[in-house]
Amino acid sequence: MPGLFQASLLNIALLFGFLVGIPIALLQVYGNRVLGWLASAWEWFFRGVPELVLLFLFFFGSSQFGLEMSPFTAAVLALGFRSSGYQSQIFRGAIQSIPKGQLLAARSIGLSQLQAIRYIILPQALRLSIPPWSNEFSSVIKDTTLAYAIGVNEITRYARFITERHYHLAMAVYLAVALIFLLFTYLGNRLLGALEQALRVPGFEAKAVRAGEHG
Amino acid sequence: MANTNAALLEVEDIHKRYGKEEVLRGVSFAVAKGETKVIIGPSGTGKSTLLRCINRLTLPDKGRVWLDGLEVSHPKTNINKIRAQIGFVFQDFNLFTHLTALDNVRLGLLKVKRLDKRKATEIAMAELERVGLAEKAKAYPAELSGGQQQRVSIARALAMDPKVILFDEPTSALDPELIGEVLEVMTELAREGMTMVVVSHEMGFARSVADEIIFMEGGVIVEQGPPEQLFTAPKQKRTAEFLRKITELYGGA
Repeated sequence: MPGLFQASLLNIALLFGFLVGIPIALLQVYGNRVLGWLASAWEWFFRGVPELVLLFLFFFGSSQFGLEMSPFTAAVLALGFRSSGYQSQIFRGAIQSIPKGQLLAARSIGLSQLQAIRYIILPQALRLSIPPWSNEFSSVIKDTTLAYAIGVNEITRYARFITERHYHLAMAVYLAVALIFLLFTYLGNRLLGALEQALRVPGFEAKAVRAGEHG
Repeated sequence: MANTNAALLEVEDIHKRYGKEEVLRGVSFAVAKGETKVIIGPSGTGKSTLLRCINRLTLPDKGRVWLDGLEVSHPKTNINKIRAQIGFVFQDFNLFTHLTALDNVRLGLLKVKRLDKRKATEIAMAELERVGLAEKAKAYPAELSGGQQQRVSIARALAMDPKVILFDEPTSALDPELIGEVLEVMTELAREGMTMVVVSHEMGFARSVADEIIFMEGGVIVEQGPPEQLFTAPKQKRTAEFLRKITELYGGA
């Protein structure tokens, strides 16, 4: 079952990062000075602190204040918050690459700022975000192995269980782990590629979008 | 100054400054229902800024605007509601890139006027028909020529059933051979009695369609009057000079 753990950890963290990353990006672009500053502080913190330190902060740090979290919950939060920082920069880059005239035209027919963002800006920005977002997907999927350090029963930890008893299997087991991740990233990127194709609009192919990329 | 009942659109003493440069230095004019006013003048004299100050896409530093007796510039006015009544046609079209021609025209009907989809589609198709592009309803902006895009953007403005339409250099971004089809649509609109304020360098259009031409320079109105008067007997030396130069350049007057 470690694979299931991994998959749900990945999905929840990515979804969490998506749901938090979009408002952070919107506040950075459209927010007033205070909200924009808060959003930038959030992004700065979660992009700047190493994932392992975040995991320890959420798991060991929180328990010190009587906040008992399961390792899984702590891992979801640490991965999700970190991803929100990176995802916010993917979305911010995409939003800022949309010509100003789109928003002006939307406002000129009487759409409110929020409606204009929802019906005009985001549908365009999200399309542009898919290629850089596949980077983030590849990154988070690999970061799930770090949850090992706080005792989440994920694939790497499971592999370690096996190799502790059967040391001669180390190469085979870790190669299998590597294969599982290769398969995961391959399938995920294929899925994102298909999504990009399905949402394609003539003349609106994703070009180079400035985004918070990392390896 | 009181709001005169005769004017549908009234603009009073608009000022706008960008940094050190005062782009608009007190501009006032009024447009009666069914009238077409064409604003001409050298680049950088605040013509586009003036149009944007009318529907507050740009906030003027000073000045007031009335539409049909309602003060647009009043802080308590619901600006989104007012903008829905003021069509705006941009120099570079600004069609929504990710939407088809039909959806571009239909969006405001669905989301601002909250019509049901059947009614919205009906109106949108009628407006596309009006600009001669019903058969392009399913096309995306990138699949249309510049002239076609501008006609769709006029249909998008028309669909909201606006009281007035503001045109910001609607043909300046077009290849010369595509200008005609857009001017044709605009001429037809003027003939049907649409109230229009047009910033343009198209002297032929200005001369044949405008009820009044406004010549602007340096952020103020230098001279205004019926086309024949401005073209044949301008009162200001500067007006004569500008008209002579622009006619040499663009021809067609």
